[in-house]
Amino acid sequence: MAPVVELVAARKRFGNVEAVRGVDLTIEPGEVVAMLGPNGAGKTTSISLMLGLRQPTSGVARLFGLPPDDRRARSRCGVMLQESGVTAVLTVAEIVDLFRGYYPAPLPTERVLALAGLTDKAGIFTGRLSGGERQRLYFALAICGDPEALFLDEPSVGMDVTARRGMVETIRAFAAAGKTIVLTTHYLDEADQLARRIVVIDHGVVIADAPPLQIKARVASKRVSFSTTPPLTDELLAALPARVLERDGARVRLLSGEPERVLQILFERGVRVHELEVVGADLEEAFVSLTRGREAAS
Amino acid sequence: MSSSVTIPIAAVTPVPFARLLLRQTLAEIRIRRRIPAFSVVNLALPVVFYAFFGLPVAQRFFADGRSVGAHVLASFGAYAVGSVMVYAFGIGVANERAMRIDLLLRATPLPPAVHLLAKIVTALVYSCISLALLIGFGVLVGGVRQPPGVWLSVALRLLGGSLPFIALGFLIGYRYGSNAAPAVANLVYLPLSFASGLFMPLDQLPGFVRAIAPWLPTYHYAQLAWNALGAPTERMGISVLWLAGYTAIFLTLALRAYRREEDRKFG
Repeated sequence: MAPVVELVAARKRFGNVEAVRGVDLTIEPGEVVAMLGPNGAGKTTSISLMLGLRQPTSGVARLFGLPPDDRRARSRCGVMLQESGVTAVLTVAEIVDLFRGYYPAPLPTERVLALAGLTDKAGIFTGRLSGGERQRLYFALAICGDPEALFLDEPSVGMDVTARRGMVETIRAFAAAGKTIVLTTHYLDEADQLARRIVVIDHGVVIADAPPLQIKARVASKRVSFSTTPPLTDELLAALPARVLERDGARVRLLSGEPERVLQILFERGVRVHELEVVGADLEEAFVSLTRGREAAS
Repeated sequence: MSSSVTIPIAAVTPVPFARLLLRQTLAEIRIRRRIPAFSVVNLALPVVFYAFFGLPVAQRFFADGRSVGAHVLASFGAYAVGSVMVYAFGIGVANERAMRIDLLLRATPLPPAVHLLAKIVTALVYSCISLALLIGFGVLVGGVRQPPGVWLSVALRLLGGSLPFIALGFLIGYRYGSNAAPAVANLVYLPLSFASGLFMPLDQLPGFVRAIAPWLPTYHYAQLAWNALGAPTERMGISVLWLAGYTAIFLTLALRAYRREEDRKFG
């Protein structure tokens, strides 16, 4: 059986900017994949190529083994896009019903509304929805056709905590039912919660493609700062499972995936630590560490 | 939720075109109905214009015995159908582009051609409603009398001849943004209608207007309707050729604007 998604050496250039610079990616039926990367990394362009919303400058995109704009392929996909719109003068129930009609075997409208947490908004005009509700509506439109594959571009943007939890649960239920799910996010924890495979994209190339545990181990995700007396020796610093960001006399700033072990080693060596600070590194820093790791390896 | 992962491609049959078109058209009709600017401009305004310009002369007759009331009704019928086409598409398409409605639709199995066709059918439906209101008003309030077959002929000619205005609407909708489109539609369509003698008979308009009228699409469009009422018009073949020529020009420009948009958004 054909894979759900195939990108083969896919490249996409917009004017002088090459948004996707040679991506090879195969997603098999039933996989739950998170595309992770900072803003502008090429996640949305990659999804657009998968769905035929953009044409690759070179390389090939296939959806269910077909050209992505083939109706037979589209009929099996539900899609949630960033910065798309719906008419303001239909009610939530009406627009869900309209979109259901595009698919050969849709879910009942009430069920779609319930899954998206919109049951009590059924009669509201879409133009009156709040940002979070609107995002839930787009989610409803993505799932209403009971698609085999769900493509969700930044699905949780603008959602509050409750709505986000509800959506995560629905996505999990879809995944449990054997559906293929491709989502983009720039939150590592969201990718970790949902996906069994994380594809990290940066500057238009795939820099990592592995299960969440492996990615997390490779992404130094905490920033550790402290001062010591006496100042750390080079030898001791090199023994720590961390990357040095800054060293200023007795003060050091590190990036580490295992801050607990860093401290444990320091305590074992009898180093006195003051002014300890451990904060989550933002994703930019995490990517810096991933990218550097890749450059060092090559 | 059903697990449908193992269904082979061949077993997935997309929804048939006819059903998609019917559902999409019904939705478009509902959407238009809920936009007051659309129904006021296209349904109410022609009737109001007829009340001002047509009713006072509804019971007069030309020297050759033709009803002036019916003639003016045909003029505003041409104005109304052209207006539905230019405004529905001009402003409608520009708004949809601005709201990025086309983006999400493009990712669904709804073919863009069906979306487009649904808009055309919707505009034809509203044209019929507009004509029915207008002719009904003229008959009931103005007491204008014509055999039903003549009214039908006027309506069919106006619907059939509306192609250049559909193309003009698409041209405006794809060429201009949602802020500029209403202004452009008015700026183009109102002078065209006025200069073609749709509001006032041509012989009451200044000489230079009378000179340019035969070059305008609205002029030849109205000829179709006036001719159905027995008016001594130019030969229909000539008017149809003019309308075909304008359709070709507007359509070429509209396609160019459409392709540029396609390249930008989906290229």
